[in-house]
Amino acid sequence: MVHLVLFIIFGVICVAGAVNLLVQRHPIDSALSLVVVMGALAGLYLLLGAEFLAAIQVIVYAGAVMVLFVFTIMLLNAGMEERTRGSKVALMFGAPGLVIGSVLLAWILLQSKPSVRPVGVGSLYGSARTIGHLLFKDFLLPFEITSVLILIAIMGAVVLARRESQ
Amino acid sequence: MPTGNLTIVQFLIASIIKIALFLFVLLTGVAYTVWLERKVVGHIQNRWGPTRVGPFGLLQPLADGLKFIFKEDLTPPYVHRFLYILAPMLSLITALISISLIPVGDTITIRGITTPIQITDTNISLLIILGVTSIGVYGVALAGWSSNSKYSMLGSLRASAQMVSYEVALGLSLVGVLMLTGSFSLRKIVEAQSGWFWHWNVFGGFQIVAFFIYLCAAYAETNRIPFDLPEAETELVAGYHTEYSSMKFAMFFMAEYANMVTVACLASILFLGGYSGPKFEAFLPPILSSLMPVIWFLARVVFFLFVYIWVRGTLPRFRYDQLMAFSWKFLLPLALANIMLTGLWVALRA
Repeated sequence: MVHLVLFIIFGVICVAGAVNLLVQRHPIDSALSLVVVMGALAGLYLLLGAEFLAAIQVIVYAGAVMVLFVFTIMLLNAGMEERTRGSKVALMFGAPGLVIGSVLLAWILLQSKPSVRPVGVGSLYGSARTIGHLLFKDFLLPFEITSVLILIAIMGAVVLARRESQ
Repeated sequence: MPTGNLTIVQFLIASIIKIALFLFVLLTGVAYTVWLERKVVGHIQNRWGPTRVGPFGLLQPLADGLKFIFKEDLTPPYVHRFLYILAPMLSLITALISISLIPVGDTITIRGITTPIQITDTNISLLIILGVTSIGVYGVALAGWSSNSKYSMLGSLRASAQMVSYEVALGLSLVGVLMLTGSFSLRKIVEAQSGWFWHWNVFGGFQIVAFFIYLCAAYAETNRIPFDLPEAETELVAGYHTEYSSMKFAMFFMAEYANMVTVACLASILFLGGYSGPKFEAFLPPILSSLMPVIWFLARVVFFLFVYIWVRGTLPRFRYDQLMAFSWKFLLPLALANIMLTGLWVALRA
């Protein structure tokens, strides 16, 4: 019961943050809404029992990646969005289309038989020890290949940002 | 029963009392850390420090607090108002949260109710504290940007880049301790160091290099000399808090000293054995003997704060490029080497 209430709270915060990200006119407000979404996701991970992942989500995603987003927005001095006048045609066809599309999607998803069993609260084994075993024993090859991929991305960024030596 | 052998009501009352007590002690400690700094830096510079307000200047923090309350709270025009008000709140909140996870002593038994002297303990406490530190960077970044001033903007960019860089070295320096202990829970880390002082992680665990890295990274995280270029008065007016006055400035000020206290608590838990020390159970009544670990812990924390202030009074500050090079080119490889050697030792020991 408590878990259902907590799930609803974190879910509402997550969706509200995402909607706020779209609605805000200044990019910095959107970036901060994204930080709120990351925090709510960390809460949802905690409810599932993946405590290590929740902490890492806050440290890496909300605390480092989003800080870099905010840096970029601050350095580029991105200004407020301009509000253009929307077209009436888009509103006439778009709003019913959106409603019909989402109803159709919900109906299809509810009709199909679930192919995986529903995940209960605390059903994942989220301790650091388990994740260590999975990463370094069962999934060692994908882990090493992912690290090489990230290294390639870093090298690409360094090459792109390097000043041309005259 | 997640509340130990207490009922829910007893657990709630004990928690509320502990929260109130810890917050009161922390905020008073922050105020008197300012006093300690002014006295110690004064004596290092061959002068007295505050002496007039009360005996030995001990009421100076009270006078400072009253001054902050009575000052005019000015909001400059053209600031981004929501973020301008949010930034000092973020800084202060993230600085004060970490005290809830710090184990100050062993258990204490009052009227038959046994409770640990710690607000809460989770099995990812250390990661939570690192996460909260990461969120604290937003306070600095947003303060400078929302102030709509070039000095603030430059200061906050420098400060946030510095904090993000040194977080990496900070996190990696703790991995050695974690490998030796096998758990993220702070209470278990302290219990693994119980015994005499050669059991502490810095001596018996050979984590002296990690201790040095942790100290450097912590000084940089809290923007203290020798890493305080973002606040250097001769370079940037006052850095990211140039445009703040009165209570909002006081919040940044308190957040900086509260971060210092948190770092000192963490250093004493991870490297110097936490609250371990003789309890004198034969000589003292039970309540006093369960307060002895608190006294040992406070002694370590005050020692760390003194070292912080001593370094502040003694060293010149780094230039900004030297600061970044120190983190990425020296501390980071050193931390990685420490992890590898500690991992090798743990694997061979098992």
